[in-house]
Amino acid sequence: MRSVPTLLDIEGLAAWYGEAQILFDLSFTVGRGEAVALVGRNGAGKSTTMKALMGLVRRRARRMAFAGRDIAALPTHEVARLGIGYVPEDRRIFTDLTVAENLDLGRRPGAASLWTDAAIFELFPHLAGLRARAGGSMSGGEQQMLAVARSLVGNPELLILDEPSEGVAPIIVEQMIGALLRLKASGMSFLISEQNSLLCEAICNRAYVMEQGEMRWQGGIDALPAGSDSVGLFTKLK
Amino acid sequence: MSLDSLLFQAVNGLASASGLFLVAAGLSIIFGVTRIVNMAHGSFYMLGLYLAVTLAPALSPWIGGAAGFWGGILVATLAVALLGALVEMVLLRRLYRAPELYQLLATFALLLVISDAVLFLWGPEDILGPRAPGLSGAVDLLGRRLPQYDLFLALAGPAVLLGLHLLLRRTRFGRLIRAATQDREMVAALGINEALLFTAVFALGAGVAGLGGALQMAREPANLAIDLSVLGDAFVVVVVGGMGSISGAYLAAVLVAEVKALCTALGVVDIAGYAFNMSRLTLVAEFLVMALVLILRPHGLFGRPQPPATTRARAEPAPAPLGRRGAVLVLVAVALFAAVPLIGQFFAYAPVLALDMVIAALFAASLHFIMGPGGMASFGHAAYFGLGAYGAAFAATRLGAPTPLAFAMGIGTAAMGATLFGWFCVRLEGVYFAMLTLAFAQIVWSIVYQWEEVTGGSNGMFGVWPQAPFDEPAGLYLAALAVTLAGLFLIRRVVFAPFGFALRAGRDSSLRAEASGIPVARVRWLAFALAGTLCGAAGALFAFAKGSISPEAISVGRSIDGLVMVLLGGVQSLMGPVLGAGGFTLLQDMVMRETDYWRALLGAVILAVVLLFPSGIAGGLRRAGNAR
Ligand SMILES: Nc1ncnc2c1ncn2[C@@H]1O[C@H](COP(=O)(O)OP(=O)(O)OP(=O)(O)O)[C@@H](O)[C@H]1O
Ligand SMILES: [Mg+2]
Repeated sequence: MRSVPTLLDIEGLAAWYGEAQILFDLSFTVGRGEAVALVGRNGAGKSTTMKALMGLVRRRARRMAFAGRDIAALPTHEVARLGIGYVPEDRRIFTDLTVAENLDLGRRPGAASLWTDAAIFELFPHLAGLRARAGGSMSGGEQQMLAVARSLVGNPELLILDEPSEGVAPIIVEQMIGALLRLKASGMSFLISEQNSLLCEAICNRAYVMEQGEMRWQGGIDALPAGSDSVGLFTKLK
Repeated sequence: MSLDSLLFQAVNGLASASGLFLVAAGLSIIFGVTRIVNMAHGSFYMLGLYLAVTLAPALSPWIGGAAGFWGGILVATLAVALLGALVEMVLLRRLYRAPELYQLLATFALLLVISDAVLFLWGPEDILGPRAPGLSGAVDLLGRRLPQYDLFLALAGPAVLLGLHLLLRRTRFGRLIRAATQDREMVAALGINEALLFTAVFALGAGVAGLGGALQMAREPANLAIDLSVLGDAFVVVVVGGMGSISGAYLAAVLVAEVKALCTALGVVDIAGYAFNMSRLTLVAEFLVMALVLILRPHGLFGRPQPPATTRARAEPAPAPLGRRGAVLVLVAVALFAAVPLIGQFFAYAPVLALDMVIAALFAASLHFIMGPGGMASFGHAAYFGLGAYGAAFAATRLGAPTPLAFAMGIGTAAMGATLFGWFCVRLEGVYFAMLTLAFAQIVWSIVYQWEEVTGGSNGMFGVWPQAPFDEPAGLYLAALAVTLAGLFLIRRVVFAPFGFALRAGRDSSLRAEASGIPVARVRWLAFALAGTLCGAAGALFAFAKGSISPEAISVGRSIDGLVMVLLGGVQSLMGPVLGAGGFTLLQDMVMRETDYWRALLGAVILAVVLLFPSGIAGGLRRAGNAR
């Protein structure tokens, strides 16, 4: 598994909300073309880890490297521009903007994108019919597709997905898995926080288990310690 | 009144509405994206006007009259936009994470500095601008002559509205503005440089306000009072239209301007045999429109409900009871102040200064009561100071009431005003509350300024001298000291009573307080009324202390003085505002009197406090004490 070259290399990450420290000394990696799961109970710190990567919370680390570049001191927009696409857990679609306008905001003016509208709508055919729809009047699943599409048009090398199946109908989860698998086949890397084992097992190679802001376990996705306390929720859903 | 004069005034009203709309729209856009209410927005309007009246005549000899006029407007607009960008980069960028109150104060400080910069550059005289070449004539409309330029302005408002609308809908910049208004973080996470966006938005908002001012050059002279009057009007418009809604701002601007125009058009009407000049009502009308809209739609015509105030990030420490040492210190201070008349024989000026300090202390403490425990930063506390002062002055001079009765009537006037205005204000939170209090204060100021028969208009009232035994400096001073101490004592008692706990609970989380059975709005309303009443006492004392009273007592400047006093001392304890009031009065007396540019100086002091001592001087001292 570790033979792939490293894309994201994090060592000793700590993060705070105000004065409260939430993450303690986290270390993890994501290889090129690899999909890594971040597993843990509610409040374990998965979302915070992702926000820390994006520079959306106060953070400090011994090493924070993406594609060989130090991202520890970069403001959010520069992290994004280096090639990290972020899909937050509540999706954060711009509700007043239409689907087309939401997509447009993800694009970098002046930079050519692999992700033309045609390519996006091929991946998510359902979105094609919704182009003029306001983001606020879409279902949870549709918003999730749009959120992924919105980060894709920025040409990321790594997609960070925070609970992509939360509040999404099973049929749409299936479609989402299909889309993500196609992305992975084309070389995309992923960091996915999930409580839905179906999605994780279909896509991810490796997993990290978090508890109370610390890493507790890591290994291949098949070796996730079934029934162990630290992943109780994960295995219960299974 | 005839139909044609009504129509004439209607077009006139639309012309005024355009100027008002431009300022309000800029304010609204900036607030939407940066969450900062830019108090200096009136200054951008004023600068646009001053620059235009200077540039147009300067450019005309070179490029011709018409090109000079319109070129002057264009250059003025761009210059103000540029200044806006500069202000954002140098000042506001440091304030995005600061508490709202600090942002409001800092931008107000900017207003003060710009105001004095204009005074320095252009002098105190009003400056008349050139007429618009080609538009200086009049159109015959229903037998009346309507200035062409007014017609042009009436069209300019909707044109800018359309332009802004297209900008927001059709351009990437506009989409970014709309997106960032909803979720700035997500915009950054999509790779968009937030800092650059904020600078651009600020430049846009400032430029639109500058354009509003520049366009007025053929209509009104550039003058130094315009920044505050425009700001007050813009706040009314924004509150009525709904924060963040551009179309709402236009509708509100038209509504307010048309109601004013209607009052003017009605002219003198006969009400029950009494000839009454309706044009006097213009300012009250503005208030009535706002009151009506807020009763029917608390978030304005097109505004959306604000998200419920979340629990504060930083819990305020509970007020601590006085320790033994504190009690001794307070007693010593009281004794020292009570002894001031004794040294009056040697230092004639000491009692005068001490009286100012005592009055300021009551003023600041009453403001602190709603700001600290209440969490409501009023930007219009001077309204109640002024009502108290004018009430007492009117009773003493016009009604011939004995001094104690006149004093009581002053307090009563303030109490009524605070009860009335408070009912509206306490429904709003944060910056909305601040804007509404400021708008009310501006309205009180305008009424006092215009209602000459009762208030003496701009000259104010004279000969408000107290009767014996208060005609002696020592008598008045000791009475003032007693009143202030009683007021402070009352505030302290209330803060530690169940009512005070309810007030603080409402401040910390109105949802949770509401859920545990506290009628938050009523508690706030009572607190507001009490603060206004005590402030009125300070105002009444002020009137007797000075022997005269002028509209200056109600000016925004005085409201801000109060905020600075509280801020200087720190919001956490009652000692804060008292110390702050003392320090501020001394500073004002010793330094500000020496210069024509005291506004800029005050602005600099505010900026220094906001940027350097975010917890006030008392807080700073305490921290220093703890560190040791
Ligand atoms: N904005 C915030 N301010 C303060 N604390 C927060 C904030 N957001 C999250 N926390 C705290 O940080 C910890 C980690 O939260 P985080 O959202 O990262 O967990 P999570 O693993 O994503 O959980 P979930 O599965 O529920 O999404 C929790 O204890 C939470 O209470
Ligand atoms: Mg989460």
